[in-house]
Amino acid sequence: MDMMVSSPTPPKSYLVDPPGLRSWLLTRDHKRIGLMFLAVISASLALGATFALLIRTELTFPGPTIVSTGHIYNRLFTLHGTIMIFLFIIPSMPASLGNFVLPLMLGAKDVAFPRLNLASLYLYVGGLIFFLLVLVLGGVDTGWTFYAPYSTSTAAPVVLAVVGVFILGFSSIFTGINFLVTIHTMRPPGMGWFRMPLFLWALYGTAIIQVLATPILAITLLLLAVERTVGIGIFDPALGGDPILFQHFFWFYSHPAVYIMILPAMGIVTEVICVFSRKHIFGYKFIAYSSLAIALIGFLVWGHHMFVSGQSPLVGMIFSALTFAVAIPSAIKVFNWLATMYKGSIGLAPPMCFSLMFIALFGIGGLTGLFLGSLVTNVHVHDTAFVVAHFHYTMAGGALMGFLAGLYYWWPKMTGRMYNLAQGQISAVLIFVGFNFTYFPQFIVGSRGMPRRYFDYTRLLDTHPEFTFYQILSTAGGFLFVGGLVMVAFVLLRSLFVGRKAPANPWGAATLEWQCSSPPPHENPPAPANVGDCYVFDDFCFDESAQGYVKVP
Amino acid sequence: MKTSPAHIVEVRVLLAVFAALIMLTVVTVAVSYFDLGAFNLVVAMSIATIKAALVAFWFMHLRYDSGLHAFIFLVGVAFLGFFLIITMLDAVTYHPAVQTWEQSK
Amino acid sequence: MTESHIPNMQEGNDGGPDAHLAHHFSSPAQQYDAARLGMWIFLMTEILFFGGLFCAYAVYRANNPQIFVDGHRFLDKPLGAANTVLLIFSSLTMALAVRAVQLGRRRWLVGLLAITILCGLAFLGVKAIEYKHKWDHRMVPGQARIAYWFSRGETSEPLKKFQPDEAYVKERLAQAGFEDLDQAEYDQRVKHLGTYMGIYFSLTGLHALHVVAGIVAISWILVGAVRDRFGSNYFTPVDLGGLYWHLVDMIWIYLFPLLYLIH
Repeated sequence: MDMMVSSPTPPKSYLVDPPGLRSWLLTRDHKRIGLMFLAVISASLALGATFALLIRTELTFPGPTIVSTGHIYNRLFTLHGTIMIFLFIIPSMPASLGNFVLPLMLGAKDVAFPRLNLASLYLYVGGLIFFLLVLVLGGVDTGWTFYAPYSTSTAAPVVLAVVGVFILGFSSIFTGINFLVTIHTMRPPGMGWFRMPLFLWALYGTAIIQVLATPILAITLLLLAVERTVGIGIFDPALGGDPILFQHFFWFYSHPAVYIMILPAMGIVTEVICVFSRKHIFGYKFIAYSSLAIALIGFLVWGHHMFVSGQSPLVGMIFSALTFAVAIPSAIKVFNWLATMYKGSIGLAPPMCFSLMFIALFGIGGLTGLFLGSLVTNVHVHDTAFVVAHFHYTMAGGALMGFLAGLYYWWPKMTGRMYNLAQGQISAVLIFVGFNFTYFPQFIVGSRGMPRRYFDYTRLLDTHPEFTFYQILSTAGGFLFVGGLVMVAFVLLRSLFVGRKAPANPWGAATLEWQCSSPPPHENPPAPANVGDCYVFDDFCFDESAQGYVKVP
Repeated sequence: MKTSPAHIVEVRVLLAVFAALIMLTVVTVAVSYFDLGAFNLVVAMSIATIKAALVAFWFMHLRYDSGLHAFIFLVGVAFLGFFLIITMLDAVTYHPAVQTWEQSK
Repeated sequence: MTESHIPNMQEGNDGGPDAHLAHHFSSPAQQYDAARLGMWIFLMTEILFFGGLFCAYAVYRANNPQIFVDGHRFLDKPLGAANTVLLIFSSLTMALAVRAVQLGRRRWLVGLLAITILCGLAFLGVKAIEYKHKWDHRMVPGQARIAYWFSRGETSEPLKKFQPDEAYVKERLAQAGFEDLDQAEYDQRVKHLGTYMGIYFSLTGLHALHVVAGIVAISWILVGAVRDRFGSNYFTPVDLGGLYWHLVDMIWIYLFPLLYLIH
């Protein structure tokens, strides 16, 4: 017999223990809740991507292409934005991957409040239902930002959408409270703050933003709904209200929210880069503290979304200066990753491919963010496709790539199946090429004056006849990009049927979640008495018979 | 942490806090009948903050509690303060432009 | 954090395994710490939730101080003060209730929780009287619309406009020394008065919703207390309910001077 088999009967996996649909729907197991979150969030991603393709198709040629009026186009980009932001990116990494991984990585048996965790899932589903209702009723046309006074006067069902986002906000707050309390109170004795894997630091920073920022969004949307229904004169200038105040309220949440999206992705990338470089992380404490710094400084820069709104020049200057400051902790992380890879033994499995893509694309997104953070350039490119390209490089090129890296990384642990690595690599190449073809042309047309949120650019052709070429390029890239996403789904779902059984530790990682069986048993294994350094890989050797890494004493 | 979070507060302490709260309420109402100019707001907010602190430290056991809880509470207040100050700074600065526009209508 | 600093909770009453310990915690002390920490984080989110409204208040008060001086003339100072005393008293009874449960005095616990709930209900009653008074003088923003929804809609939906009882508003302003306003002056004042009433109703309405939530939570705790579910070894729900109730009190402590006591 093999040395590996030490326990008489291996415990059943959490997927089948306890059995039955009812046990899934009422589960308080963080692993199951995470997996269910993954399912609904992926459905939202598919919906959002569909709208993205419709937008791209419309923009391919000048003049109406597939929609007849701008009104329909307004609805398309609003639905794309709201779904992608509130239903996909914000919950994507914390609620699905984070939920699954956090207690396992920490060596805890569950999150601190399992019932609250389940409530968070059902609130998410409730918010999703509201969005589907909005969709059935024809969609909203305000843009995902719901700016007053347009949102208080348009005929579209704004209140329904706003209530949906409000509910999703609660879901997000519950996740945040759970993560904060779990990390504070449930670390096993051997797990000090600076023994924690850096993904947990990232989730900790994310949770801080979730609990500090989301309440402001909640009150904003509540006031917007009341303003729209009865008129209380807070945001509506016709009633003596102040529409710029709405923008302050909205961005006080929504700017920190972009760090809710990007911080967990940075955490995933940190884990993946160490494991696939087989090297200890460079500058552990710098990365840990930079997560907190991003979480805090991220709160101080919201006004850079409002440089042309009528915000005063004084406050504009303050925000511009602070915006440059937030680039520092992000850059610290990037340089630490590069230093970690230096002279490492790099393996290009799919998680690593996506992490490298993250660094490249987020680098472009972050640096163009500095252009936008300076007041003068901002006025020039404000509300152009340049801005669209910038935030897609950070949100899709950053957060989505991080999500996919994490998904490929933990998929064997979550499902107990290995996917085909070569196919995963092909999907990464498709996405990388498709992504850059989609968004790089938008930097070019944007800087030359192509506005965002326009469905027809015929009039711009007199001065810029080249726009059609770039738009065709962008649309073709968009289809390739989504094709790559479909391929990811194919690769992963296929593994469920034909993939070989995953070993406990396929990547040779040293964090705790890889030290139990794949998929883990219903009851999380107890933490070892002495948690070692989770970035030392020398003790792990590839074992041919197990097709995975095992720890050598 | 100095003492247990499950500290049991003496009845006379709770009653003393209650008496102080009622007394401060009377004071703040009484003061509102005098015109102190700009100090009206300062006095009213100072009294309210003392009252809130009494509630937090004794009724909510913050005095006997883990310092972390007080820290969290203060972080919330600090972020709110930052939000409020910057937004007010902006609104006060652009307000003259709004007034000019309203008068030109 | 998780040291055994709660001796009476560590042991349990009979020294047996604690029935209230959830499977994923290693000790009742850890569970209690987690619950309290979670509650404090939640209270922080509540501060920021109300904070948005405080910010709206601050911005309007800074830019249009006159509307707040105008506006507070339409509020009832004695009723506001009465409500303040009611809430402070209910906070005292709640704090005493936590003490009672810590000492295992069930009858005291039940009685004190009941008094707390009654105070909360009385607070809502006084609030209802105030709101009714505003409604009678058409001081509610969007009142025409709200009335229209309940009128089974025979006419078209009215516009969003603040149209208070003109005679009443003029009378109140005259008392404050603003007599013989011409129509333009009056319109300007009333437009801003609408914003003040909007902020007043948003703040007090949101606060009243929290009072309702607090009453529901304490009622649930009361049921548990009657059924003898709490004792000196397990009182987390009473403790957390108390924290929430004190926060609601604390917010009112700020609302009262900000809205009622302006000069």
